[in-house]
Amino acid sequence: MPDRMRKVLHAFAALADLGEEIAETSDFEEMVRSALHVVLGALGVRRGAVAEVERETASLRFVATRGFGESLPADVSLPLKTEGLHAAAKSNGNGGGAHALSKSELARVEREIKERFEGGAVEVVSTLVVRGELVGVIVLGGKASGVEFDAEDRELVRSLGRHIGVGLNNHRLLREVERRAEENRRLYEDLKDIYKDTVRAFAAAIDCKDKYTQGHSERVGKYSEIIAREMGWSEEEVEGIAVAGYLHDIGKLVVDREIINAPYRIDAKQSSELNRHPAAGYEILRPINHPFADIPLMARYHHERPDGRGYPDGLKDEEIPIGAKIVSLADSFDAMTTDRPYRRRRSFEEVITDFRRNAGRQFSPEVVAAFCRALLKEAHGETRPRQIIRLLGKGYVEEQALPALEQLISDLDSGTHVAAGQG
Amino acid sequence: MSKTLTGSTPPGSGGEVAVVYAGDYVNKLSGQRIERECLLRLEAGCRALVINFRGTELVNSIGVSILLGVIEVAERRGAPVVFASVSRHTVKLFELLGLTRLVAMADSEEAALATLGEFASTPNGH
Repeated sequence: MPDRMRKVLHAFAALADLGEEIAETSDFEEMVRSALHVVLGALGVRRGAVAEVERETASLRFVATRGFGESLPADVSLPLKTEGLHAAAKSNGNGGGAHALSKSELARVEREIKERFEGGAVEVVSTLVVRGELVGVIVLGGKASGVEFDAEDRELVRSLGRHIGVGLNNHRLLREVERRAEENRRLYEDLKDIYKDTVRAFAAAIDCKDKYTQGHSERVGKYSEIIAREMGWSEEEVEGIAVAGYLHDIGKLVVDREIINAPYRIDAKQSSELNRHPAAGYEILRPINHPFADIPLMARYHHERPDGRGYPDGLKDEEIPIGAKIVSLADSFDAMTTDRPYRRRRSFEEVITDFRRNAGRQFSPEVVAAFCRALLKEAHGETRPRQIIRLLGKGYVEEQALPALEQLISDLDSGTHVAAGQG
Repeated sequence: MSKTLTGSTPPGSGGEVAVVYAGDYVNKLSGQRIERECLLRLEAGCRALVINFRGTELVNSIGVSILLGVIEVAERRGAPVVFASVSRHTVKLFELLGLTRLVAMADSEEAALATLGEFASTPNGH
């Protein structure tokens, strides 16, 4: 076989090797090292390097080098302005955009990089250009054969370089995508924080309307969060239920302040007016694109009851979303454990009795059990911080009531909590 | 897949010759193995390398590059390298790419060892 034919076949095989390496190697630096090996092996060159362009600094970063040792320059800045590189990048698409680097600019880059290597260590510098943008360079020392690079050799370097350039460019694009994804993630987190701050502000506004229930919405949010976590919800879902707790009474903004603040038991008409607030809350929350699911529904259904005697829709047990059942219990618990103008708050023992009596009627037994478990864990010091106990105030949860709480949990778990005459 | 040959007449100031077998296909994976083996032998004090290409059907571009790297390291340490039992096709490739200017070629492992001097051999595994 003539040498020329042998050379062409070896070059073709090298192109195939390169394609395989670029396609199959997931580690970027390893891919570039292999690509450099292919170029060196294709031409029988002992020293070489592949560098990528760092656009921010208009300089080169050597990704893979072979045989240069100490003679590799530490810093190679490009004879192009940073803006020039960016402008070239913006030309995207046709490889010959208005800002694409000219042949003379590329020749200047190649010349100047060659000069940075001392003692004529470099014979060939080939720029890697993708869609008019300079993405890297291949630097090669002399051939082991001692023969100078001919036009075919240079064309082979350019051909291999086109593939390597695409590899470098893809990696750069991937990093860019990752960077933007990270930026978006941070932006999303910031937006969520803003959303939560807004929700808290709304909760404060709701509670301001009712002078007797200061902090009610925030406490309901906190209790809901604790129950959901105890029930094994994901952190994302827990965040959502907390928001639902904060906003559950937002419909009260449309209810007459005098009814909300009545220092006496309100009459049926006033009660009917007050009972508009879940549906009103739903209407307020529905147009908002919440980052969590079902917030409007939890507001609408937080006064529904498993026995079907709730409002506004009189839903029955399975028809009520579990989130609404959680908010409902949190809401009632806070109502029971805070003073109102017409009554004192209930004792802890009375609350346990109420839970037992109303589990299955007003409250979901599953939710009551979860809340009781969370409360018991706090009382036993098994969870920190003790959020429920802190919200209830020192001394509220009496030690002597804990056996009753434990018994209730056991009865709820076994389904034997139903009091005589109930069913 | 190498054996270390110890002799009384070492090249230069004395020492050992390592024989490393290339295998049937010198590509990235097997090339890295050859490189690792050669570097280990040189680190261990070997003063010359024989790479035996008996049965080697193909050396791809990455394999060529890795062999060039081995030769470079050996050169820096003053360790001669001999390629033994290289097929005619591969010899042509090595000639084309200039490897034959950097290493001695021998028809067989024995001839390679003879090139490097008279050594007794001690196999040390594959």
